[in-house]
Amino acid sequence: MNTRVDEILKSTIDVPLPKYSAKDFSTDQDVRWCPGCGDYSILAQTQRIMPDLGIPRHKMVFVSGIGCSSRFPYYMNTYGFHGIHGRAAAIASGLKIARPDLSVWVVTGDGDGMSIGGNHFIHLMRRNLDLRVLLFNNQIYGLTKGQYSPTSEMGKVTKSSPYGSVDYPFNPASLALGASATFVARTLDRDPKHMQGVIKRAAEHKGTSFVEIYQNCNVFNDGAFFQFTEKDTKDDTVVFIEHGKPLVFGKEKDKGIRLNGFSPEVVSLKDGKYSVNDLLVHDEKDTTLSFILADMTYKPHLPRPVGILLAVDRPVYEAEMERQIAFAREKRGVGDLKKLLNSGETWVVQ
Amino acid sequence: MSQKTIETVDEVTIRFAGDSGDGMQLTGTQFTNTTAILGNDLSTLPDYPAEIRAPAGTLFGVSGFQIHFGSKEIHTPGDHCDVLVAMNPAALKVNLAGLVDGGSIIVNTDGFSDRNLKLAGYAQNPLRDGSLDKFRMYEVDISKLTALSLQDLNISSKFVDRSKNFFALGMMYWMYGRPLETTIEWLKGKFKDKPDILEANIRVLKAGWNFSETTEIFSVRYEVGPANLAPGRYRNITGNQAVAWGFIAAAKKANMELFLGSYPITPASDILHELSLYKSYGVKTFQAEDEIAGVSSAIGASFGGALGITTTSGPGVALKTEAIGLAVMVELPLVICNVQRGGPSTGLPTKTEQADLLQALYGRNGEAPVPVIAAATPSDCFDAAFEASRIALKYMTPVMLLTDGYLANGSEPWLIPDFDKLPDISPTFVTNPEGYMPYSRDETTLARPWAVPGTPGLEHRIGGLEKQNITGNISYDPENHDLMIRLRAEKIQRISNDIPMATVEGSPSGDLLVVGWGGTYGAIKTAVIRQQKKGASVSHLHLRYLNPMPKNVGEILTKFKRILVPEINLGQLVKVLRSDFLVPATGFNKVRGLPFRSAELEREIEEILKGIK
Ligand SMILES: Cc1ncc(C[n+]2csc(CCOP(=O)(O)OP(=O)(O)O)c2C)c(N)n1
Ligand code: SF4
Ligand SMILES: [Mg+2]
Repeated sequence: MNTRVDEILKSTIDVPLPKYSAKDFSTDQDVRWCPGCGDYSILAQTQRIMPDLGIPRHKMVFVSGIGCSSRFPYYMNTYGFHGIHGRAAAIASGLKIARPDLSVWVVTGDGDGMSIGGNHFIHLMRRNLDLRVLLFNNQIYGLTKGQYSPTSEMGKVTKSSPYGSVDYPFNPASLALGASATFVARTLDRDPKHMQGVIKRAAEHKGTSFVEIYQNCNVFNDGAFFQFTEKDTKDDTVVFIEHGKPLVFGKEKDKGIRLNGFSPEVVSLKDGKYSVNDLLVHDEKDTTLSFILADMTYKPHLPRPVGILLAVDRPVYEAEMERQIAFAREKRGVGDLKKLLNSGETWVVQ
Repeated sequence: MSQKTIETVDEVTIRFAGDSGDGMQLTGTQFTNTTAILGNDLSTLPDYPAEIRAPAGTLFGVSGFQIHFGSKEIHTPGDHCDVLVAMNPAALKVNLAGLVDGGSIIVNTDGFSDRNLKLAGYAQNPLRDGSLDKFRMYEVDISKLTALSLQDLNISSKFVDRSKNFFALGMMYWMYGRPLETTIEWLKGKFKDKPDILEANIRVLKAGWNFSETTEIFSVRYEVGPANLAPGRYRNITGNQAVAWGFIAAAKKANMELFLGSYPITPASDILHELSLYKSYGVKTFQAEDEIAGVSSAIGASFGGALGITTTSGPGVALKTEAIGLAVMVELPLVICNVQRGGPSTGLPTKTEQADLLQALYGRNGEAPVPVIAAATPSDCFDAAFEASRIALKYMTPVMLLTDGYLANGSEPWLIPDFDKLPDISPTFVTNPEGYMPYSRDETTLARPWAVPGTPGLEHRIGGLEKQNITGNISYDPENHDLMIRLRAEKIQRISNDIPMATVEGSPSGDLLVVGWGGTYGAIKTAVIRQQKKGASVSHLHLRYLNPMPKNVGEILTKFKRILVPEINLGQLVKVLRSDFLVPATGFNKVRGLPFRSAELEREIEEILKGIK
């Protein structure tokens, strides 16, 4: 059975993959984020890695909700859909189910994805459709001019919380893991190299890949992540986790994370008590470990874990659906509507 | 064997009633299928409680199924029933008011225990106190006779209790001269792998028949000849099934994949169930996490070049509202099917109502016009779903399809359409990048071009922010916004060039025009025809297209002295007619969660014509 879409796809099968540069992925639209906004870096890194993915531009779709972050698709020279607040995951799910051949990317914010779209977010994670989710976490509602968000820290003073917020924040990585995500990563707007690496891995993952990007909103929440991104502090506040490597951090690489029971603790590699061999070694295939690592977030005595927390394989939703369709067709043949209409109890009036 | 007389009648209404666990829906459906195959015209109405298994014997646990069939044209499930089969006192009490004076009651006497009488709130046994004297009573110990027929089989008492409905069915088959074969064939299919159960069920069914044939209790049998239906192949179909098939047919004729995003809700869930079966037709069903995801995923699928649809009931439409506005803005095809139920809020989930018309027409933020189409009968749901899809695809717009709980679960014989004769409704996807502008428009329809992802050179971005005319870029320009609002409205208005003129049933002018829409078609038609036969100057206009309306509606309205608009709401279409056409239309409104009775409509028509109202 060939649909109209199948015909288009068939006709383009021989179109050779052009040699792209990052510039091929930018549009003629003026980028309207505030000068200095962390979103610029995310756009630049994404455009930079696109040529490496081996996917033609016309096969890519960026879907977003509403927020500063959600303006992203307008600046990507691919197909794009700027949806409604919180619903990007749902729009993208329908698109991916209808068109498994497309490379689908969801761009969302901490308000868009964690608050109004929280329900769609968790269900996308558990279904494991083969698409990417980039969450621009600036711990604030940027577009609506600075209210606290579901990732804002407690006590945050904003226009809507003049006495300090009494909301306890989500940790998006833990939320995604709790919802059975198969790929969970965290990266930083001010670490271009790291971000490129993570987004590339996310693109290669078979299943839903979730990337939380710490993003500075220099207008309404300036410096929210500076302790993790700026030279003088980041070495001691961030632990970059890598598959198969022990968790070492610190300016002199003199500190590590060791598991004490199920609890991670910081140990010194200098005082002779512990060596690298005592440290926790990251295994991105270990779901239990991913929970422990994600849970380090917001613990003041622990460095912030950044990197790929989990990357495991699980059947992909739309592939399972295609399998059922193929199975049904094998068993019953391709559906014939004439037969269907005339099936069951029928009778003839002369 | 006793002597039996045979009476010929041209129409009968039977109501099967019992506990929700008594299998009354199944009994009714079987009787319906057999009756359909005999060539009677018919109309059915199931009536069941919202609770899945309400406590046995209680009034609110009563489940009923009414079938109206005849050798003449049948348009409604019947105002009243001629025969009531009551499996227990609660079923009797709930349904007695719906029985005509002098009607027949068949009761399962075993169900009339002290406990059940008390549960139904009877101080004394109605079978003994003379309160049923004006009816023809048939008292049968169905439970005991069922048990007897299964005596030598090793069957549990639970099964015996559950199969007594087949005894009742057997009795009704005998009484109305229906063969047992259709049901036996069905049983054979269902219990292929359970020969014991199959044998037992067939025995009970036959026992019911044989009992009626032999016993002195029944002295009359009735004959209902075949109706004069248009020639062709028929099947019986419910509204929900017809909607589902209409969508499959539309996708096929559009050469597209069908994508349903839906969240379960009574009375729409059966469309989701039905479509989930058709994997081999390439139908993709996505049971979403909520209604918002249901409609949003359908919009995403449409963006990808599928026919995206979403099915729900009123509360679900409320949740989908924002996304429907998005579809208006991005101008992608989408069909939203609202199987209306009693509202507001959770309201009466299993009952019917027409109170979502204004929601369909106006229930969105901003100027967001959407075509609205309403199905008139269960089988008409097929055509309505097909037509809604056609319009959505041709005009690149969300379309609201309205049915209701009565149409959804009601059934009638359906002349199976010739698939080859259904029109080709396949859209044209743009493939040539030359001069492509996402918001340029077709001169006639004003539809924008549809470019699907995967097409080289047509990469573009759409979204809910206001678009600049032609380019589709974001625009905050005041004049452009005014222009785009008008263009979107004009596009929908132009659909009126592409739909049939409205036709009046009866004389094109006269004293009274009864204007209806949706599932009230059968009741209005029956009432109007009866009045016409009595010489009254009354005609019937039933609107399928509620937005935009056919171009001749305004003119039709001017040809009548009075306009009556019966609706199962407090007057929604009447408001639209009065404001759009400045006519002094008046409403007739009953919002009981039930279809209209044609008799009450007839009375209203009569009183208006006599000048009483
Ligand atoms: C239904 C709805 N409710 C509220 C809004 C207003 N609104 C727009 S963006 C936004 C929050 C955005 O925050 P976030 O997702 O964190 O994005 P950011 O601007 O920070 O990138 C809100 C509340 C809206 N557009 N739609
Ligand atoms: S408000 Fe904040 S998040 Fe939004 S564009 Fe400006 S700096 Fe960026
Ligand atoms: Mg934010």
